Amino acid sequence: MTTVAPTTAHAERLERLAEHAYNVRMHALQMGEVQGQGYVGQALGAADMLTVAYMDQLRYDVADEHWEGRDRFLLSTGHYAIGLYAALAEAGIVPLEELETYGSDDSRLPMSGMASYTPGMEISGGSLGHGLTVAVGMALGLRHRGLAEQRVFNFLSDGELDEGSTWEAAMGAAHHRLGNLTAMVDMNALQADGPAQGVLRTEPVLEKWQAFGWHAIRVDGNDLPALVDAFDEARSVAQPEGKPQVIICDTKVGSGVTMLEEREKAHFMRIEEHEWAICREQLTARYEAAKEAAR
Amino acid sequence: MSTTAAPKLKTSAMIASFADPGQKTAPAPFGHALAKAAEQDERIVGLTADLGKYTDMHIFAQAHPDRYFQMGMSEQLLFGAAAGMAEAGLTPFASTYSVFAARRAYDFICLDIAEPNLNVNVVGGLPGLTTGYGPSHQATEDMAIFRGMPNLTIVDPCDSIDIEQAVPQLAASEGPTYLRLLRGKVPTVLDEYDYTFELGKAKVLRGGADVVFVSSGLMTMRALQAAELLAAHKVDVAVVHAPTIKPLDVDTIVAELDTPRLAVTLENHSVVGGLFESVASALVRRGVSRRVVPVGLPDAFLDAGALPTLHDRYGLSKEKIVETVLAELG
Ligand SMILES: Cc1ncc(C[n+]2csc(CCOP(=O)(O)OP(=O)(O)O)c2C)c(N)n1
Ligand SMILES: [Mg+2]
Repeated sequence: MTTVAPTTAHAERLERLAEHAYNVRMHALQMGEVQGQGYVGQALGAADMLTVAYMDQLRYDVADEHWEGRDRFLLSTGHYAIGLYAALAEAGIVPLEELETYGSDDSRLPMSGMASYTPGMEISGGSLGHGLTVAVGMALGLRHRGLAEQRVFNFLSDGELDEGSTWEAAMGAAHHRLGNLTAMVDMNALQADGPAQGVLRTEPVLEKWQAFGWHAIRVDGNDLPALVDAFDEARSVAQPEGKPQVIICDTKVGSGVTMLEEREKAHFMRIEEHEWAICREQLTARYEAAKEAAR
Repeated sequence: MSTTAAPKLKTSAMIASFADPGQKTAPAPFGHALAKAAEQDERIVGLTADLGKYTDMHIFAQAHPDRYFQMGMSEQLLFGAAAGMAEAGLTPFASTYSVFAARRAYDFICLDIAEPNLNVNVVGGLPGLTTGYGPSHQATEDMAIFRGMPNLTIVDPCDSIDIEQAVPQLAASEGPTYLRLLRGKVPTVLDEYDYTFELGKAKVLRGGADVVFVSSGLMTMRALQAAELLAAHKVDVAVVHAPTIKPLDVDTIVAELDTPRLAVTLENHSVVGGLFESVASALVRRGVSRRVVPVGLPDAFLDAGALPTLHDRYGLSKEKIVETVLAELG
């Protein structure tokens, strides 16, 4: 990976993203508190990936979610919707006031992400292992229609690497030389039945994607500077016809909130009523300390 | 956005329970029944696709760790491998959610399991409308999909009693089965009646002069509750429980419906391709011309939300059943 020289502009970019990532985590905690439980650990873990995507990389028009010139972001991991809603709110696509309706009856923000409910949502996820197949078609379709600038991003979980369909799509993308397609995989080492390696061993993941013909990058998904470099590298090789790119992100469930990072990993993390305030305090303290250290 | 003080109903999908508050329940009846059956029959093995904890298969895994196989979140592999294990002389119970068994793995279940008529027992969690997650998790058409598969026996249990008694019978029966799993704290209802589960049999749980309900799955619990409520309206309701959807107990059901009583089917499934249409075709084949009122899910992709809200919205709650019946009776 090429390291970008630490210019002032770059430092400002990182500082701005750190603030956005902090906000995204705060939004996720707010939604988690509404449900009193849920996929908060996943949202916090993926917050940096989603922040870099929405606040640094993707092209979209806040006023027009159907703008043809937009990059497409496909969330196949439906239960991560809480994380995506947080990013969409930070991006201004979903109103902040709406976050408190998360998972409630008749909300536009259902627990499992669906295109028909939420502005800015490209596909309905939830049945895991669909996203990359649809992404392949979108990338093919956009290229076919001469929309050469537009890129397609697919967010997938490490659990989705268990599904054969993901690898069918991976081969299809390489076969069709979909250089306009970027996958981002959240390697949180967790699945429904527990630690991912006890469910199905998928390693070596980097080498697998490489063998499937992808430009593969592996990075600490909670290290913002490294993540930005990885996304920049993917962008630098992205082109209508070429190797699809995958950014494999090792993340920590509950990232940013010490108490949750230390809690036993669980697909459904229990957080007691009185703990939400502690979560917010810890998140803020960590963010402030990092900001201080960066100065 | 709501500004009222009423508590917001939450989706709580993965752990949702349809038990009424204070209702008698049994924990993980499927897992316990399978663990027990495995003590008698050493061929029984358990498989899952990253949903052991969510299909009560973890209970079996704790009891028989060496007979439990975690296949990863790979449903096609799950059922292909179950077929292979059956070919090798074992009796697999393989669990995932109903949607993933019926939709994603259909081809594998059909050709690798049903065509060779192997004793593989497909266990589907979240049948019908038992989660508020929306269409990705709501198996509203699982019976419709599976009814078309030759050789497959389909069981839609009502409660913990049904499940406990069904599991050893599924293991013992030849050929493949599909069980619409109720998991977690499952209501115990049928112990109040003179009832035992018999594969392939429908049972009259209570007699009644005005209306006859034919129901399956958790809707039998609702049917019994609605029957009690209707008694207060001086409506006398019979309830026939038909937990085996295929092959259907045509003799019992047609005999019960060939009367002047208002006939109602109740199922936790789309009105397309489930109990209602099974019953209707049985009547037509026997030359019985009866109007039948279906209580079931609409032919539509359903909303996300809290289960009580959705059961009310789509007519499955006991109150809505009462309304439907009273409206029919005029
Ligand atoms: C095709 C499919 N199979 C099973 C499930 C049930 N399920 C929901 S989340 C999940 C865990 C998958 O792993 P991952 O997405 O990495 O989960 P996390 O990191 O959030 O624990 C499973 C098995 C599903 N949604 N889709
Ligand atoms: Mg995971």
